[in-house]
Amino acid sequence: MAACSIEDVLAKAERDEAEKLKSISVYKELELEFDTGNLFAFDKNPPDTREFKKQNKDEFLRSLARDNTQLLINELWKLPTERVEEVIVAKLPEPTTRLPREKPVPKPRPSTKWEEFAKLKGIQKKKKTNLVWDDVHKEWKRRWGYKRANDDTKEWLIEVPETADPNEDQFSKRIKAKKERVAKNELNRLRNIARGQKIKVPGVGLAPTDQQSKTELGKAIHVAKHSTASVGKFQGNLPKEKAPKNMGKKRQFQPLIGDFSVEKQKQLDMLNIMDSKKPRIDITKAVNKQMREEDRQSGFQKRKSPGKKGRKGNFSGKGTAKGKGKKGGPGGGSGGGKNRKPRMKQGKR
Amino acid sequence: MTQLDGVVKPKTKRSKRFLQGREPKLNENIKNAMLIKGGNANQTVTQALKDIYSLKKPNAVMYKKKNITRPFEDQTSLEFFSKKSDCSLFLFGSHNKKRPNNLIFGRMFDFHVLDMIELGIEKFVSLKDIKNSKFPEGTKPLLIFAGDAFETDNEHKKLKSLLIDFFRGPTVPCVRLAGLEHVLHITALEGKIYLRSYKALLKKSGCRTPRIELEDMGPSFDFTMRRTHLASDDLYKTAHRQPKALKPKKKKNVSHDVFGTKYGRLHMQKQDLAKLQTRKMKGLKKRKGEKAEGEGEEVEAEATTAKKAKTQ
Repeated sequence: MAACSIEDVLAKAERDEAEKLKSISVYKELELEFDTGNLFAFDKNPPDTREFKKQNKDEFLRSLARDNTQLLINELWKLPTERVEEVIVAKLPEPTTRLPREKPVPKPRPSTKWEEFAKLKGIQKKKKTNLVWDDVHKEWKRRWGYKRANDDTKEWLIEVPETADPNEDQFSKRIKAKKERVAKNELNRLRNIARGQKIKVPGVGLAPTDQQSKTELGKAIHVAKHSTASVGKFQGNLPKEKAPKNMGKKRQFQPLIGDFSVEKQKQLDMLNIMDSKKPRIDITKAVNKQMREEDRQSGFQKRKSPGKKGRKGNFSGKGTAKGKGKKGGPGGGSGGGKNRKPRMKQGKR
Repeated sequence: MTQLDGVVKPKTKRSKRFLQGREPKLNENIKNAMLIKGGNANQTVTQALKDIYSLKKPNAVMYKKKNITRPFEDQTSLEFFSKKSDCSLFLFGSHNKKRPNNLIFGRMFDFHVLDMIELGIEKFVSLKDIKNSKFPEGTKPLLIFAGDAFETDNEHKKLKSLLIDFFRGPTVPCVRLAGLEHVLHITALEGKIYLRSYKALLKKSGCRTPRIELEDMGPSFDFTMRRTHLASDDLYKTAHRQPKALKPKKKKNVSHDVFGTKYGRLHMQKQDLAKLQTRKMKGLKKRKGEKAEGEGEEVEAEATTAKKAKTQ
């Protein structure tokens, strides 16, 4: 009696379990593929097309979806859970579906010249404190940057050293030195980047663009010539090579306190020029130049668009080219045509 | 200048963070999508784009103006948009007599088009037409694909990969079980592709796992596959390549038994067994007292013999 009652109890327990699981179990011919990391399920079973045609389409799709979702939820409920702030949360594994990346894999940054040297010598980076004690201001200040400690450009009193020129400005000397250091740092930073990207670092005139002008070539020759140990003193000239003019200083200024007589003479000459009746520019020459320009332009226009008679504009600058340095008229006229290269012979401005 | 190439340094920390967000990383950001209207976009297509935009809400950009381009002929304008807005997925909607109600799903790799698939909308039911409560935007959907066409046909396989990429959402380490509401079900049947979006209701069942009931909610599409533009196999290989740093590190010297017992290996140096430190046995220890007794006995013996000698 007891034996069969035990069996009965077990059988009943099994039936109860089956009843419970009935509501959430779904029968499928082929098992679904799950990727719980992505909350993704793939049902490979071919859908029943006859059922699809018989029923309302949406109903069929919905029941199919319900079954598949039930299976996916069953899988998700099997995952380990934890409690995060009164919410039950399931820990997802890594997604298994391989999807393409958005951008290519990042390349490591190329190392700088110092980094390579440090690696070679085995120099380790020393961790430094953020703040440094400044005795002058009696407080902790940054090691570098805005309002840093021990900033020598911000001192209000500098003792002139004995060996220095008494007329030299010590404050501006320090500011200049700082600017030079900043510029040198920037140059080295850019050189490191160029070395990293394997771009050739050019000197002046040594990175040629496609069409170099006469001045650029002249400058490149000048730089090459002076890049010797004796700064070009013993370099011979080529036949017919002329020394380049306008090297370096673009404007010349006379010293503040110089030769008094020379200065007096200069001022008197200027007054004479202002007084004289003779115009500063030669009118006939200017007019001839203007006429030549016009002819050239009209010829160009005719060649470009035959039969098109455009207005040439108002060249009122012809007769009124008076006064000092008035190059407005011819200058304006020559800039009117399309696709014209800038004329090198623009004359004195 | 979109990269931090170092020549032009960003002037503020905010711009620096912005540029760092956009540069290539080991673990990538979630892909953004851009939704573009073509030259002739009609009401259906516009509404479809708006619905998909609301599904993908924080990670999508919707372009308001019409752009007269043809993605299958000229991809440069799409690539330019993607570079500017940092979007690697796009959806282009257009309509003309030859291809009515056209949607082109596409994705980019390194700001060049990787693949594009053109789908035609046969039937479309919008979010507005189904009146019931929706769920908050940004919920990660449960994606389900049904149909053996997704396994056998190459184009369907690529479409599956593209749709997973599109609707996947951010990759999260954990998910709130009660918040799994959005279900996107895609079936491939008789040459057509049916996309349905449901809201899942978790009902009580006898055991821990709930029973699911689905409520029709979101946009529903009936698609037909039109043209495709797939990339070459090597481009796919390059795009799928994962950096070595992301591969999980193998734990050495640890092995598991059939029964689940964990075994470890230790590597020791050579030991001199004569000098091995074993357990101390107190009884065998030589004591100081014993030695002295031995000496004492000897002295006594000598004394007695000496005495004997004396007496004799």
